Amino acid sequence: MIASNKPEKFTVRIKRQDGKDQPSYWQSFEVPYTANQNIITVLQQVAANPVTTDGKRVTPVAWDCGCLEEVCGACTMVINGKVRQSCSCLVDELFTGATNQTISIEPMSKFPVVRDLFVDRQRMFDNLKKIQGWVPIDSTADLGPGPRETQDEQHDRYAISRCMTCGCCLEACPQFTKDNDFVGAQVIAQALYFNEHPTGAQLKGERLDVLMGPGGVTDCGNAQNCVKVCPKDIPLTEAIAKVGRQATVHVVKQFFTGKK
Amino acid sequence: MASEPRVIVVGGGLAGLAASVRVAEAGVAVDLFSMVPVKRSHSVCAQGGINACTEPVRQEGFSEYDHFDETLYGGDFLNHQPPVYEMTHWAPRIIDLLDRMGVPFDRTSEGFLDRRYFGGSVFRRTHFTGASTGQQLLYGLDEQTRRYETQGKVTKHEFWEFLWPVVDPDGVCRGIVAQDMRTMEVKSFRADAVVMATGGCGLIFGKSTMSVICTGGAASRCYQAGAWLGNPEMIQVHPTAIPGEDKCRLMSESARGEGGRVWLPGIQDENGDWKPHPDAGRHPNEIPEDERYYVLEEMYSTYGPTKRHGNLVSRDVATRGIFFAVQQGFGIGGGKMAYLDITHLPADTKEKLAAILEIYEKFTGDDPRHVPMKIFPAVHYSMGGLYAIYETEQEPKPKFLTDLLPDDAGQQKDPSKPAHPGMVQGSHYNMMTNVKGLYALGEVNFSYHGATRLGANALLSCIFDGLFCGLGIANYAREMAKHDAAADVDAAVFDAVVKQETDKSDRFIATVDAADEGVNPYELHRKLGEIMTEELTVVRTQEGMKRALDIVRGYIADYQNIKLGDQGHWTNQNLSFTRALGDMLIYAEAMLLAGIDRKESRGCHYCSDQDGRNDEKYMKTAVCQYDPATGQHAVKWEDVPIPLIEPRIRDYGGKKKETKVTVKPELATAADPGEDRNNPDPV
Repeated sequence: MIASNKPEKFTVRIKRQDGKDQPSYWQSFEVPYTANQNIITVLQQVAANPVTTDGKRVTPVAWDCGCLEEVCGACTMVINGKVRQSCSCLVDELFTGATNQTISIEPMSKFPVVRDLFVDRQRMFDNLKKIQGWVPIDSTADLGPGPRETQDEQHDRYAISRCMTCGCCLEACPQFTKDNDFVGAQVIAQALYFNEHPTGAQLKGERLDVLMGPGGVTDCGNAQNCVKVCPKDIPLTEAIAKVGRQATVHVVKQFFTGKK
Repeated sequence: MASEPRVIVVGGGLAGLAASVRVAEAGVAVDLFSMVPVKRSHSVCAQGGINACTEPVRQEGFSEYDHFDETLYGGDFLNHQPPVYEMTHWAPRIIDLLDRMGVPFDRTSEGFLDRRYFGGSVFRRTHFTGASTGQQLLYGLDEQTRRYETQGKVTKHEFWEFLWPVVDPDGVCRGIVAQDMRTMEVKSFRADAVVMATGGCGLIFGKSTMSVICTGGAASRCYQAGAWLGNPEMIQVHPTAIPGEDKCRLMSESARGEGGRVWLPGIQDENGDWKPHPDAGRHPNEIPEDERYYVLEEMYSTYGPTKRHGNLVSRDVATRGIFFAVQQGFGIGGGKMAYLDITHLPADTKEKLAAILEIYEKFTGDDPRHVPMKIFPAVHYSMGGLYAIYETEQEPKPKFLTDLLPDDAGQQKDPSKPAHPGMVQGSHYNMMTNVKGLYALGEVNFSYHGATRLGANALLSCIFDGLFCGLGIANYAREMAKHDAAADVDAAVFDAVVKQETDKSDRFIATVDAADEGVNPYELHRKLGEIMTEELTVVRTQEGMKRALDIVRGYIADYQNIKLGDQGHWTNQNLSFTRALGDMLIYAEAMLLAGIDRKESRGCHYCSDQDGRNDEKYMKTAVCQYDPATGQHAVKWEDVPIPLIEPRIRDYGGKKKETKVTVKPELATAADPGEDRNNPDPV
């Protein structure tokens, strides 16, 4: 994957925005190529010397990042058209060998921009509240161990619990837009995660009620983009299908028992 | 006038979330401040696991007391014993709690919690979730916090940066001043107790395994406002990380816990001694078995049940082993790298390590399942931090430099039972700093890990600190709200700090238009990181630390000419970083001063020009105090009481002893006399 003809320097185009509800614009910067360079390093190089290719000194680019090892989810951006974490995006990977290649970096388009590449993903955390994304324990008192779990059950739950709320699945989803109320793959998978836990399942009915309402699981158009862009390979489409089935069973039960 | 009690928690990692949950559960409202959405806090980076003496480990011969003992042994006995005792005895209950919260711990075939080996113990007592345990535990506590948030008991203030504690003229902490990192609004918040749970300070060393937010800025601000630091010189360098341009990425001890081995290319001479291999350029998979120098297994051959356990000696010891071998020319290609090899492990074991193997592969392009990983030690954890006190029934009672503890503190509640060896549950004083009403929990608290932290004790200490001390903090806040509420404090006390911080911001912003060239904050940070890494990490000397101190003081002078590049009044990250850099410089100065004053080798504080560990003089906490009027630091020494376990020689079964120990005279005759004490041979 390492490009054979490494450039000495290259151009990076960054889509900027001075604040929320401000117009966006592009700026280009020339950056020296270094070994094992990732997009975070590129942004740091721009920050250290924020002079555009036209020779204009500009304000440093704002961006969100945290752990830089692809586990906190903060530094998600759209790089060369693909949504991903900028820490684990290596420059070498982006060069195909064609001459005069540039790298383009944009903020995610499905969330309000705070500034430059920094977006506000509060909607994802709010959705976790809506589906009551927790296990309702009695208290933190010492009440003995939790329920036993098979290795397979643990394996399935762990796969979903690696979700770092990065938003890639929502950025790639044609159904999820800035101004609709579709909840998207992230929170549907999280609902499954809690429904699959014996104590968490106490709130299963409430969760399914939410996901059967407006913006819920039926709004999924089955484009399957989410699962392709998930950096943690979370089986998102499978989760959506399972929650869909749980919802159907839930409706049938409600119909026959009259109970919620 | 009585009011509803409120507690401010600064920091949303494991310690901050555990404290928020516990305080809210006790019925006291919480304002939770974090620079990032709490789910992105640095605790997510912890990989390996969490130690606890659960039932199956107990049946293998381990006990809570063993966990207590090995934590002190790992910390070279500088830890405070009652808090460590309490923590290790709560550990199995904490595992149960996390299990009830739904944390997907790895399971055995029968569905019980699985365990792995980890550093500093010969027992399999580390519980884990793949190789992303910190992330999973944080998510568990994040979920419970969200639950309290929906009930209105916790109010989150995310993307708010803590700027300064509000301390009234009587020296009582009454709240904080913070800044919205988006709108840049500076505002004060009142509280009857303030909890600092702001983590470590790895960014002082430039590149470390820590997240970009771990500047130590918050701790330094409290220090400058009158809180003290304990043992700031104690910084852990983790043996195995992937060096990178932007940071060093951790390769967890779990790789070695699951059977991974550290080796270097070498060749044995006729005496069996290892020499660097003359052909430095070979691919690791082409190097035959007999030309692989398993450095830690050779050096610590008698530690643990098998020779391979040598890879799991305490972190400072392993780091020195790798570091010295590389200095002797064993490094890969003659450079500063060693191999961490898991290629020989079975597929299902590799699956358990998937989270870290994926990281390695993504960042280097090599698949560690087939090619040994290239690693080198990197700055990883701050054992030192804000100084804090606690209440215990144990004798001798700790004699704290502060007189916050009342005379009758630590009296036995139940005379029919022996004195409790740990901390008094629900006490107002557990992990209160020297500033009344200001608490320190988690990595920013200096109490638990002494001179080196054992692997998989960090997650434990952070969660324990929050859960156990949370009750005392709620009790304190409730008591204060009744008689001396923060709500009744004169607004001028808060306004003064808001003005101080607003003025500071304005001064920085004004530098953007200044005519002169000025000092670039990112460049100054890089230089600070270089000198601190050079002189205050694996090997330290008086000469080196003094040189670094001179240089850092020069940087403090340079900082007066710092120049920002962004005068934005919206999400000005340049301002936030530059402000933190000034605080990092002051913290760095304290670290160096304490390091220079501690004239011994202990744990991570390895000084090649000192004669081993000196319990007679330095079985003490280095307490740093800052005078804002003069900018001067004072280092005072406070005895570490020894109520339960006498310090002994730290020995991980090596062939060559690196540690000499000078014991207190009264202990010298008490146990194990003879020529072995100062120069023991391997068992």
